[in-house]
Parts: sequence; C-alpha cells; structure tokens
Amino acid sequence: MAVCPECEAEIELKEAIKGEIVQCPDCGVELEVVSVNPVELAPAPEEEEDWGE
Amino acid sequence: MRIGVLVSRVRAEEKLLFEEMERRGLDFDLIDDREIIFDLQQKPLAQYDLILERCINHSRALYALKVLEEWGIKCVNRYKVADNCGNKLLTTMRLIAEGLPTPQNKLAFTPESALRAIEEMGYPVVLKPAVGSWGRLLSKVNDREAAEAILEHKETLGSYHHSIFYIQEFVKKPGRDIRSFVVGDETICAIYRYSEHWITNTARGGRADNCPITPEINDLSLRAAKAVGGGVVAVDLLESERGMLVNEVNYTMEFRNSIAPTGINIPAKVVDYLIKEAQS
Repeated sequence: MAVCPECEAEIELKEAIKGEIVQCPDCGVELEVVSVNPVELAPAPEEEEDWGE
Repeated sequence: MRIGVLVSRVRAEEKLLFEEMERRGLDFDLIDDREIIFDLQQKPLAQYDLILERCINHSRALYALKVLEEWGIKCVNRYKVADNCGNKLLTTMRLIAEGLPTPQNKLAFTPESALRAIEEMGYPVVLKPAVGSWGRLLSKVNDREAAEAILEHKETLGSYHHSIFYIQEFVKKPGRDIRSFVVGDETICAIYRYSEHWITNTARGGRADNCPITPEINDLSLRAAKAVGGGVVAVDLLESERGMLVNEVNYTMEFRNSIAPTGINIPAKVVDYLIKEAQS
C-alpha cells in the first residue's frame, strides 16, 4: 500500500516497477514509483517540449 | 542474448514489452535515461546484443542512439530512423524522396517569408514545430491576422527552433485519421483515430477503432517505414479529398490503445522482431 503525496489517498499497487507511472484514483495526479519495497510515490515529471512518439 | 531497454519512465507500453520478454525468458535490463552516464571512451554498455530505445524525450533518444551505434551496439530503432522521424522536416523530405503522397509543405525562416509562403498556399494552413508530438503546439491558421500574430509569437517567445517555420496544407479529414503499425517489413495492424477536433491524436482523447489493412494502406505504410529507415514505426495517414496521404512517421510508437481494437498482440510482434534483429 502506498500513499499519494498530493492527497494522501491510499493506493494499492501490484508488482510495481521502479519508474512506473500510475494515476492516483482519488485526485488523478500522475505519479511515479520512485522506489519499491516499500513502494514510494512522487509526482511524475511534467511533459517537456520534445516528449512524444 | 542480452537486451537493454532504454527508458525515461515505465509506461503501459514498456510494461507490456517487459511482460512479453519475461514470458519468452529473455535476459533484459531496464536502463533509466535519467541515471545512465555514457562514458564515451569506455563503452560501458557493450555487453548488450541489442538495445531497444523507448525514451520519451526525442533529444535523449537521438543522442543515446548516436553514442550506442558509434560503440557498435545494435539499436531498435536506429539513430537514422530517430533522426528522420523525430523531425517533421526530415520526415517530409524522406517521404517526398521516396515518391510518397504527402500534404503540401513549405519551409521558411522569417515571419515575413513565412507569411508569403502561407499566403501562396492559401488559408487555412497548419503551423507545426519541426520537433514535437502528441499534437502539441499545432496551429491551424485561418487568416492573415492570425498568421501575423502566431508567426510573431513563435519568433519572439520560442527558442530558435520555433523560427524554423514548417508550414503544411490543412488537409480536410473525415473526422478521423489512420495510424498503421509497421514492424520490420510487415504492417501488423492499423487503427482509425476519431476526433471532433482537427487534431486526432489519441493522446488528446481521440477514440481508436480497428482499421482493415487495405492494399493501399499496406503499400503506403511499408514504403513510408522504408523511407525513414525502417524498424518498428507507426505511420500516420490522412484520407484527403485527393486520396490517402502520408503525414508523419513515429519511431517510439505508443500502442496501449491499439491492442484491443485490432486484436493484434503488438508487444509480441515487437519482441519477435527484436530477437530476429539481435540474432542477425
């Protein structure tokens, strides 16, 4: 169980990978799994000018 | 066989690819482009038979691929493909050189010459940054006043890239465009992207439906992929009033919304290709 850094909602994650992007089910903010065991979440980096396909 | 996967973050696509590689028992590592240090003289990544590039930043992908290929490491996609696809001008020049039908395009370097180019083409036109994706910073310019304002803003507010004025014909579309997925020399599937908005990227909420691969879609997709250097690419096609046009080609394709509507296991097709490339 991890906690959303924005709204403190509890987020259940199965087999999270470091660097994985998840969305908080409560406040909807994009989060990144910055560490596993224990799972820690931080706001995901913002979109930059050269992001894309 | 050992594969490295260069990522900026782990998105749905990367997770699907990892799951597929695990299912095949492949030996792979995740390389985070925020942590990797390229010691240019030492070649620290030489142990990889192949590196799959999945960066979200075009600039990081480009330089990483350049270094890796200089070290003699096989990459998917290759540096040349990233360069051709990442810059719309280079994509357009490659498509034209291979005789593919494209929207009309003009290039100019000052607001004055760009305005003349726009007026020659006739309104509306579309202004696009040469490097950009997900429909970001696209301007549909309907008249001269708008053109003058946008050109001034681009020159004043943007970095020097934004004074490279890439001007494209506004192509009337039937409320959708087509994205086809090419892996190696096969068009594996295609989707229609529906949207009321003239920008149809699914990143902007466009709905995806299966699109049957007609001989025409197959031909244009394979030729477009070849024109930019081939590999694993997604081709954007427009159904214009004068027939199908190739708009652009993407080299770090997103496919999470395309597996269900097409019923094609895209990550499996990609991993098949990686194995074949690593062994060749």
